[in-house]
Amino acid sequence: MVTSTSLVYLIALPLFGAVTLLLSGRRADKWGHLLGTAMSASSFGVGLYQLSQMLSRPTEERAISQKLFTWIDVASFQVDAGLLLDQLSICFVLLITGVGTLIHIYSISYMSHDENRRRFFAYLNLFIAAMLLLVLGDSYLTLYVGWEGVGLASYLLIGFWNQKPAYATASKKAFVMNRIGDMGLSFAIMIAFATLGTVSFAGVKEASEGASETALTAIGIMLLIAAAGKSAQFPLQAWLGDAMAGPTPVSALIHAATMVTAGVYLIVRSNFIFDAAPTAQLIVVIVGAITLLFGAVIGMAKDDIKKALAASTMSQIGYMVLGAGLGPAGYAFAIMHLLTHGFFKAGMFLGAGSVMHGMNDTVDMRRYGALRKFMPITFITFGLGYLAIIGVPPFAGFYSKDLIIETAFNAGGFKGILLGSIALFGAVITAFYMTRVMIMTFTSPKRWEENQHPHESPFLMWFPMVVLSIGSVTSGLLFYRGDALKNWLNPVFGDHGKDHYEEHLFEPIVVSAMALTAVLIGVGIAIAKYQLSEIDAVAPENVSIFTRIARKDLLQDSFNESVFMRPGQALTRLLVKGDENVVDGAVRGIGRTALGAGATLRRSQSGFARSYAALILVGAVALIAGIWVVTL
Amino acid sequence: MNSLTLLGILPLIGALLIAVIPAEQVLRVKQAALGTTILVAISAIMMWLNFDESNTAFQFVQSVEWIPSFGINYAVGVDGLSLVLILLAVLLTPIVVLAGWNESEGGRWSAKVFYILILVLETMMIGVFAATDVFLFYVFFEAMLIPVYFLIGGYGSGERAAAAVKFLLFSLFGGLLMLASIIGLYVISSKNGGATFDITELSEMHNYMSSTTQNLLFLGFFIAFAIKAPVWPLHTWLPDAAASATPGTSVLLLGVLDKVGTFGMIRFCLSLFPDASKTFTPVIITLAVISILYGAFLAIGARDIKRLIAYTSISHFGFITMGIFAMTTQGHSGAILYMFNHGFSTAALFIVAGWMIARRKSSTIADFGGLQRVTPVMAWSFFIAGMSSLALPGLSSFVSEFLVLVGTFTRYPVAAVLATFGIVLAALYILIPVQKALHGPTTPGNENLPDLNRREKFAIAPVMAVIIALGFYPAPLLNVINPVAAQVIESQGFTDPVPSESVGK
Repeated sequence: MVTSTSLVYLIALPLFGAVTLLLSGRRADKWGHLLGTAMSASSFGVGLYQLSQMLSRPTEERAISQKLFTWIDVASFQVDAGLLLDQLSICFVLLITGVGTLIHIYSISYMSHDENRRRFFAYLNLFIAAMLLLVLGDSYLTLYVGWEGVGLASYLLIGFWNQKPAYATASKKAFVMNRIGDMGLSFAIMIAFATLGTVSFAGVKEASEGASETALTAIGIMLLIAAAGKSAQFPLQAWLGDAMAGPTPVSALIHAATMVTAGVYLIVRSNFIFDAAPTAQLIVVIVGAITLLFGAVIGMAKDDIKKALAASTMSQIGYMVLGAGLGPAGYAFAIMHLLTHGFFKAGMFLGAGSVMHGMNDTVDMRRYGALRKFMPITFITFGLGYLAIIGVPPFAGFYSKDLIIETAFNAGGFKGILLGSIALFGAVITAFYMTRVMIMTFTSPKRWEENQHPHESPFLMWFPMVVLSIGSVTSGLLFYRGDALKNWLNPVFGDHGKDHYEEHLFEPIVVSAMALTAVLIGVGIAIAKYQLSEIDAVAPENVSIFTRIARKDLLQDSFNESVFMRPGQALTRLLVKGDENVVDGAVRGIGRTALGAGATLRRSQSGFARSYAALILVGAVALIAGIWVVTL
Repeated sequence: MNSLTLLGILPLIGALLIAVIPAEQVLRVKQAALGTTILVAISAIMMWLNFDESNTAFQFVQSVEWIPSFGINYAVGVDGLSLVLILLAVLLTPIVVLAGWNESEGGRWSAKVFYILILVLETMMIGVFAATDVFLFYVFFEAMLIPVYFLIGGYGSGERAAAAVKFLLFSLFGGLLMLASIIGLYVISSKNGGATFDITELSEMHNYMSSTTQNLLFLGFFIAFAIKAPVWPLHTWLPDAAASATPGTSVLLLGVLDKVGTFGMIRFCLSLFPDASKTFTPVIITLAVISILYGAFLAIGARDIKRLIAYTSISHFGFITMGIFAMTTQGHSGAILYMFNHGFSTAALFIVAGWMIARRKSSTIADFGGLQRVTPVMAWSFFIAGMSSLALPGLSSFVSEFLVLVGTFTRYPVAAVLATFGIVLAALYILIPVQKALHGPTTPGNENLPDLNRREKFAIAPVMAVIIALGFYPAPLLNVINPVAAQVIESQGFTDPVPSESVGK
């Protein structure tokens, strides 16, 4: 493989920004946001340079690597601090730094009134650095460093306003649930080392070729748990909605476009494991299918614009995971949807931030309405994202989602029909809840108080939205035409890259027609329900049990609380009590007996060190005496 | 003079120097203590630079007859294991002195006595790790208790006298058991080729023991070390001692002295009684896993910040013990590295917690709140220390914890899997106090707390630097540790399990 000496700059630049900003403190108030943005932009520049270099090399030499130093070296456990840039990681590098830089720019204005803006930019830079390490690491253990690094950045950013207890709790919840996923990653690495003897991507790939399916299935399932934690997939999804406590640019960058898609990256990166472990693959597909419906259903019931978008993110990542679980036929489409989603969802989140900015930070869509007139740029850019996500041709989401639905149908047999139907049904719901968001926010009559003065956001905020909306419009076609992205990524998947599903259940055009019908149904119902009838300014209480459950996130928190949290707390209390009374008590009891009843103990507790010195002396004398006796 | 002996004597010279300084000149006393400890640290680093990494035999050895009629020698020397622990001890001591500059105030005795005790303790810490004569080790092992007893009982807070006594009784109990075993060893050696206390010669004695004898002698040592290290259920003295001791004393107690337990398990239990070690391994691994999870749950439930840190240490010592007895190179190297890393991360936690407590005059977690906005530097220091304690990748403790886990997994997968649940619990026991103390609205009584001053920043900065540097580049320590770890595994008759899927290829 070609080696490089410049990959490290991708990470070093934003890391330098983060460290500088954190160490400078208040001194950096004046220029912190500029440095942060510059570092992210420079990293994007390096990424573009790497892309141009990559394009100039022949296909088989496109992947390059850089070994920085030997990180851990204990007998057969050897891990380098090594980076790998191939066709897959360059996609992520450009997404992370590109969208990241736009969001830095947006934040300059969005956070301009926050006295800790410098710290915000430090965290953003830290996130960019960690996320780049995640996608550039050449082994599962280096990936792990980035993996928890983004978790840390996410924790810090969700809790950016942690003076509010609820926000502090949300950040803690995200970290802890992510750690459950991280445990899966730990297990995967341990199993890989115990069975295959290596933890590098190249090494595992090589060793997996002769490995048993059992071992690979175990690794695959553990990787899936990791992916579920990071990507808010069932059953580790409950943290994402609360994560909306973070400032909106964070939701756009971390909790929509990049970090939450890391699970998809992990699965696709580990294609050599999943290809040889059909059971693990099946579970991936099931998790994706459940989550895409789960998120969509929650999305229908949310009145908080950010939480509606968060539920949508969960659902869309469900599509990606579904795609990734479909194996070689789906990897490229999962990544395609990931990239297009990165554009349109980040754009819509920034739009939501723009709306909040103009509405005194109101997030309740029941208090919005008619904002089209007051925020035309926001409306248009958001609207383009909307058309992309529901899958209207020729917008980006149409291509990427359509391909996943098609691949799902083609998975074969009953499984194919079931998965395809779920994906199709998900499209109906997506169209419904997104139309609902559009109507409630922009096109329905106004429901806000007279003292609100909605207004368009400043240039620094709408400029990134415009750029992202261009991506929402064009990226799908760009990736789709001539199978551009698929061909680009194929070398990463090796021999497995070729299309395994020769048999088509439906012709592509039929799938597209069904998908469009699904969209029309969803949009139609939403228009009938929200545009043509009045929206209550307060959420109605007399709703069906279904709606009530959906509003409560399908009872995910109630479930976790009653099954894990409360028993855990009870166990903790029990152990605390037991430690004082039983364990310590028993040891004290034994001690008392051993020292010859209470009298001795009372004497020894008289507190004078002389007694103890004497005791030690007695010990030493006993030793000498013992030696004397045995040497006689 | 032998450089190792000289290193050990240096703190005593400092103590003598302080003894002649008038007690009123408190600043002079402190400066002398700081100067001495820094000098010791530099000397130890020089020794490290002169250490031959590839040589697994004891280096810088000196042996002088002490009580010839019993074959007792003053014999010292270091290998990779003891070097790492001596480095830990002498690097943390100046930091403790600087961080706890005013710790001696409010004690029963003067500042002068406090620093003399610290310096005497430093000599003993060096001695206990350097001793290659079992009797000399025992002397240091027991004598170490004296300065710690006075440091807790004389300068601590709360129920300091009771905690000091509890600490002493537990330790003496273990010490007496070990004493019995030492006598037994001596008896056996005297019947088989000549009475000796030399560790290398004694490590041949297991060939002459019945398995019952070996098991009993093993237990004498192991229980003593399990009390020190604290292994569940012998841990109950630790939270009391840590809650009453000054933060600096706690750093030395949990960071260094307790390592004598895990150090002893390797140096004495494994090398003197290899067969008994194998016999007891399943029990010990079980106790280690219980310690990991039990300590973590107790930490989650703790209301007092010092007790919380003490319980996290019980969990961490469980990892170390598990790594030692997993009998793989990764587990063993990981465990030794863990001893060093845990010293630094616990030091960071105790030092910063100590500053928080000194400012707020309370160690109850619920009394804090919103510190991130009042005292940002102090809050960040606590946060990074906490991240190190939960083994965040990129910080030093991750490397050692992961090595222990992966090294245990290859031989005892169930134990490793159970222990890995500890990483979720760790997130809870760190983030709960972080949220309560640092986040949320600033609670009454915290509005005007001062942030870290220059001295405090100087004290904590090197700790943070070590934690971060070793997280990314652990090689300087691993290079010292790996040979001795590999040698222990080999001498115990083990080889690392081969990857199961590569068998027959």
